[in-house]
Amino acid sequence: MEHRENLAVPLHLDFSLDQGPVPSERAWWGRIASHLTAFSRTRQRPAMGAVKTLAAAILLTGTALTAQPAWANKADDTLRMAYDQAPESVDPYYNNVRIGVIIAANVWDTLLYRDPLTNEYKGQLAKSWKQIDDKTMEFELRQGVKFHNGEEFDADSVVYTLNYVADPKNKATTQQNVRWIDKVEKIDKYKVRLTTKEPFPGAKEYLSTTVVIHPAKYYAEVGPKGMNAKPVGTGPYKVTEYVPGKSITLEANKDYFKDSPKAQPKIGKVVIRFIPDRQTQMAEVISGGEDFIMHVPKDQAEQLKSMPQLQVKSGNTMRIVFMQMNILDNTPAPQLKDERVRKAILHAIDREAIVKNIVGEGAEILNTICTPSQTGCTDEGAPVYKYDPELSKKLLAEAGYPNGFDIDIVAYRERNQTEAIINYLQAVGIRAKLNFLQYAAMRDMIRAGKASLTHQTWGSNLVNDVSASTPVYFAFGNDDITRDPKVRELLDKGDKTIDSKARNEAYKEALTMIAEHAYAAPLWSLPVYYVASKDVNFTPYPDELVRFWDMSWK
Amino acid sequence: MLAFMIRRLGLAVLVALTVSVLAFMLLHLSGDPAVALAGEGARQADIDMVRKAYGLDRPIVVQYADWLWQMLHGQFGTSVYFKTAAGPLILSKLQTTLMLGVSALAVALFISIPLGVIAALYKGGFADRLCLAVAVLGQALPNFFFALLLIMLFSISLRILPVSGSGTWQHFVMPAIALGYYVAPAFMRLIRAGMIEVLAADYIRTARAKGLPTGKVIFKHALRNAIVPVVALAAVQLGYLLGGSVVIETVFALDGLGYLAYQSITFKDYPVMQLIVLLLSVLYVLLTLAADIANAWLDPRIRVS
Repeated sequence: MEHRENLAVPLHLDFSLDQGPVPSERAWWGRIASHLTAFSRTRQRPAMGAVKTLAAAILLTGTALTAQPAWANKADDTLRMAYDQAPESVDPYYNNVRIGVIIAANVWDTLLYRDPLTNEYKGQLAKSWKQIDDKTMEFELRQGVKFHNGEEFDADSVVYTLNYVADPKNKATTQQNVRWIDKVEKIDKYKVRLTTKEPFPGAKEYLSTTVVIHPAKYYAEVGPKGMNAKPVGTGPYKVTEYVPGKSITLEANKDYFKDSPKAQPKIGKVVIRFIPDRQTQMAEVISGGEDFIMHVPKDQAEQLKSMPQLQVKSGNTMRIVFMQMNILDNTPAPQLKDERVRKAILHAIDREAIVKNIVGEGAEILNTICTPSQTGCTDEGAPVYKYDPELSKKLLAEAGYPNGFDIDIVAYRERNQTEAIINYLQAVGIRAKLNFLQYAAMRDMIRAGKASLTHQTWGSNLVNDVSASTPVYFAFGNDDITRDPKVRELLDKGDKTIDSKARNEAYKEALTMIAEHAYAAPLWSLPVYYVASKDVNFTPYPDELVRFWDMSWK
Repeated sequence: MLAFMIRRLGLAVLVALTVSVLAFMLLHLSGDPAVALAGEGARQADIDMVRKAYGLDRPIVVQYADWLWQMLHGQFGTSVYFKTAAGPLILSKLQTTLMLGVSALAVALFISIPLGVIAALYKGGFADRLCLAVAVLGQALPNFFFALLLIMLFSISLRILPVSGSGTWQHFVMPAIALGYYVAPAFMRLIRAGMIEVLAADYIRTARAKGLPTGKVIFKHALRNAIVPVVALAAVQLGYLLGGSVVIETVFALDGLGYLAYQSITFKDYPVMQLIVLLLSVLYVLLTLAADIANAWLDPRIRVS
């Protein structure tokens, strides 16, 4: 064994030195070489020449590789970002991943714009808009806006894009973004009228986030495939190079229209590379190969804080975490049908401690099942279930389970959080067994009614309206495993009421009802950690959207 | 010889078929592909639409038979994730993976030949055991972990190599080492055993007796003979390296076949995954066949029997 030690010790020493002085290259190879020669000295044999040649070869390889690849810096005005997942298509209507949304917001514009701080709607490609009736909106369009390929933006762009993507035949990936659109008509060159299938108060939210506008002529000619190969929008950045699955290069759009609520781009070039492995991404920012990464796990982000050249920031996201409880007739866990058991579960979990120790900064504790920034989401009037294991045990005893019970919990991400929850449940006697699955497999299981407790998360597809969250789990959709008709009635009312006061009231009542009956356990929102080079000015927003136009060099 | 080759080719087809059936079943067992394709926000109506659009509503046997039929007609299908033709997509990634595989093989030989020779020369001694330790370490270290160690050394401490990507030859150095080191022990053992056997042979004694320099005896007379089985193993290992590059390509963000395989599994892109599995199993069988032929060609004793 000592022979292995011989080799392992210098390796170990050098690898752990990233916080201390970095050994020079020569010193390192020198050490390897001295080990090799020491070992070859142990036996003087004729073949020692071969050993010496080997050592020399290794040394030579070492010095031959000193050619320095270019590292990122602000000198070449290029921000390098790494992301773990490549979008299936850059056309915003044909992907459903976060990086797709980030690229969309920087390369394209939408009719409306929602200020991320005040949540107020402003005109973007539309100068103004008005609600004609419950189902009709009219938009006055901005004049003089040009697409990256020179095509002019006008009513045709809006009419063609929206009618195209709303047609189910064209298979837009995220149907809920467009399926509410009935038709869009041109009134004149700079005026369009949009009709929704039903009264749809969430329309403004979609029109300011996911529903981007394409150039009509170009899109008609090349379709989604061509749009993916050579993307064209009106946004502050234009795509200059795109290698699917590998990288995408954005350059500042110098002709970006001055009246846009998005700022003029300050950073000249942005290169996004797709690096699937988180550890590799971290190595890239540490070595200066990349300037910006996101979704860094909490513990690793905290370690990176000690690096002098990096800044670590955390922000909230729209993604909420909660536990669903299956109380349908065929539930595998009939215990959950007892409201006292459900309340016992809520009282058993110390959400504050989990948020502080595991979830991380920027997270918010929830008391209702919706994203707090969403229009219509509120926890006013909803009961707060404090951490109280004694009360939890008492409730369980009252329900007839003084010794607790066994139950399954199904989860698909943030496993450490599920494990913490399981520990808390165990402490009051609820022996939860973890069933950790892929998302699709978990969803199959829930929809088949075979899940008991679920550790769910939901990101609302960036839509800042409660119609994109609560109804998914409580309006008798496939993911609804509680099915209270009263809750559904209230949510339906909210979804279809244009008057905002009556609408919010309906949602509030539904949310309170869910909380009072403890139909689900609201937990927390997920924070996101960003690690960036200190050279970059960067502000995280609660919607997890990276706005390159908002960033600059220090 | 011809009958032997035909038999092996027939076997190749059977292996490829079996692998593709298994892959098809596994993909469907790990959750409904339609749900995965429709994405997180999809409602039942969307999922049903996706299921119909991609023909996922048909019985799985029918789906498989249909896929096979298309394959036989040169229709390699369309990637359901990237929405481009699967054939060209895979071909475009093959180059990176071949480059990685070949350079990893070179690294493996570069490590294992000297180590194998040294181990044989000092059989039972300290150097032999040290070489064994190096070999054991190579197989015992999970290659993603070894890859991270390489990154820490070359990119963070020394700053001489880029962490990830596939733009220049520098990008291939660490992946090739990480992948090559993992297969090196197999070669080393083979060379060591071969060398020990050859060094004990009469003609080596003769060569030494007539006063040839030791180096010449070792490299010209002994190694040449000991290396014959290595050629065969190299062909087989190349097949393994091409398939085994999934993890390494993912760690180093190399845009090759392995990374594409990883993505296609994640996104349930079954046309792409099926095609990769098929391609790799065919390649593997062909390489094994090539190894057998090379062996027969190099070693007359095999040819005769």
